[in-house]
Amino acid sequence: MAVPQPVADDTAPLLRVRDLSRYFDVSPPLLNRLVERRPRRILKAVDGISFDIPRGKTLSLVGESGCGKSTVARCIVGLHAPTGGSVAFDGNDISRLRDRAAQAPIRRRMQMIFQDPYASLNPRWRVFNIIAEPIRAFRLLTDTAGLQRRVDELLRHVGLAPADGAKFPHEFSGGQRQRISIARALASNPEFLVCDEPTSALDVSVQAQILNLMKDLQRELGLTYLFISHDLSVVHHMSDYVGVMYLGRIAELREAKALFARPSHPYTRLLLDTIPDLRHIGRQRAPLAGEVPSPIKPPPGCAFHPRCPFADDRCRTERPEPVEVADGRVACHAAAENRLPG
Amino acid sequence: MGRPNLPLLEVKHLCIEFPTRRGTLVAVDDVSFHIDPGEVLGVVGESGAGKSLTGNAIIGLLEPPGRVAGGEILLDGKRIDNLPYEQMQRIRGKDIGAIFQDPLTSLNPLYSISRQLVETIQTHTDMTARQARARALELLQAVGIPAADERLDSYPHEFSGGMRQRVVIALALAANPRLIIADEPTTALDVSIQAQIIALLKKLCHEFGTAVMLVTHDMGVIAEAADRVAVMYAGRLAEIGPVADVIHHARHPYSHGLMGAIPTIGSGTARLTQIDGAMPRLTEIPSGCAFNPRCPKAFDRCLAERPVLRAAGPNEVACWLY
Repeated sequence: MAVPQPVADDTAPLLRVRDLSRYFDVSPPLLNRLVERRPRRILKAVDGISFDIPRGKTLSLVGESGCGKSTVARCIVGLHAPTGGSVAFDGNDISRLRDRAAQAPIRRRMQMIFQDPYASLNPRWRVFNIIAEPIRAFRLLTDTAGLQRRVDELLRHVGLAPADGAKFPHEFSGGQRQRISIARALASNPEFLVCDEPTSALDVSVQAQILNLMKDLQRELGLTYLFISHDLSVVHHMSDYVGVMYLGRIAELREAKALFARPSHPYTRLLLDTIPDLRHIGRQRAPLAGEVPSPIKPPPGCAFHPRCPFADDRCRTERPEPVEVADGRVACHAAAENRLPG
Repeated sequence: MGRPNLPLLEVKHLCIEFPTRRGTLVAVDDVSFHIDPGEVLGVVGESGAGKSLTGNAIIGLLEPPGRVAGGEILLDGKRIDNLPYEQMQRIRGKDIGAIFQDPLTSLNPLYSISRQLVETIQTHTDMTARQARARALELLQAVGIPAADERLDSYPHEFSGGMRQRVVIALALAANPRLIIADEPTTALDVSIQAQIIALLKKLCHEFGTAVMLVTHDMGVIAEAADRVAVMYAGRLAEIGPVADVIHHARHPYSHGLMGAIPTIGSGTARLTQIDGAMPRLTEIPSGCAFNPRCPKAFDRCLAERPVLRAAGPNEVACWLY
């Protein structure tokens, strides 16, 4: 996919994530720990992941619920402070910026679109104010007429009418609300959008409208996307690069075309097998045996080994590190040792 | 399709209304279909199309002020839509089981799994407590819960989402119903678990000869599990037919657009087919065909006259093009 890039000469990735981790302390209360001798418990929601997103491209993170993909998104935009590792946006390490004043210039350049368009818009605000809020917060425009023009332009950009600015969110359908969320995210002229399951609350026909809109906007404005989804067919449609996450780690990170054509990690393969296929009516999907283990007590070695048909003793004891392959990297002993069929 | 016997369920001209202060909203408008024994009928459509309402009307669980305003629902040739509450309660569970979207809200968090299963079994059969418990264990094993005997006395919160949905399926099967209304049974689950649950539903239907009305917005699930598909739009049936014909040779412009809107792997298309606009609100359903403002092929007749279901190839389609 050739995306015309306004900053094509700038070849450094826009976002560089290195060894990012985020732990949550889910220990019982102190008293219970003392009285009942219960140990501390740490949930490693994100456990050392690294990736780059080149300018104007889309990187998607896929995985089942609880694999940590939303936590990654929240760490990047600064809603969670990372436990370790670094997030560099356009060369600036933003993971250590703690005060709001220092974060503000970066925040203007990265925005987020949330999953639930019913919960992410303030029901008491008119659409105009919802969209104008980032412009006001970053003091981008101060005159009323300019603000009005900008909001009208944003509304038209996402396929709504300027007159819709006077309405309240409840007057819109789910798809239209998601358009309002997108207009709000675009209000501060960002270069980078983090989209956390932007279409999973929508019907397929509306999902198609939103996905088409997002691709059009990316082309017109040269946006870079981090796209979070559990739906592999949507990811296939949207992405240049795909990272498959399992229990807080990246199992496989590849160019999208290569990943879907020649998946390497056994988890990716099984995930691809479970995609419903409209071309084969009545096909029995290979049901992936078992379930995702608890992230509080992940299995030793490779976290996927209890469900993996190719696991051997090494997989049960030694955690696989990502190994570079032609178009990405894969964290799997079996792939590294060429034990995988096909 | 050959129909050797009477259909198990027949829905004839079903209308569901919601009286409101500003007039009556017709949420389901003249919907007719049938389900044969052992058949899986998929019902698809966008949110608000009336899929779940139709399912709820069949099990007699329409939430007031919604009410069946017309039409008949027949189970085995006998009307069940006008039965008194107590009689309907006996049919519900015994003849018609239900599986809902969210497995956590369909289970009582305060009772153990065994207690909920035993209660359901004893309501509908005259088993003793001991027999019912044995049957409960059998059911949990049938739906594939590992170490079922140890987990019988667990509480719903001790199960994962996929396991809870298995328990709900076990509950629905408890009295060997002949029809199961499954309303978005896999929507709250991860894809890999989804595949397991669909495989399980199909296997059970096959083994017990249970018919299923599978309500979902996920065409992938339909393609995999259904024998026939009904496409609903704005409370009306747009198209109904064998699954392969509806998915690959959809006649109705709405079902056709719906199929094109689904991103598929290997299609390589840069843009998804897009149906512009949105489904009309119930207060603003246009005259004639409800789809006409969004339809690329609409002509004069579509604006004036409402199409009725008529045969087009193996499908039945409500569209003036046929």
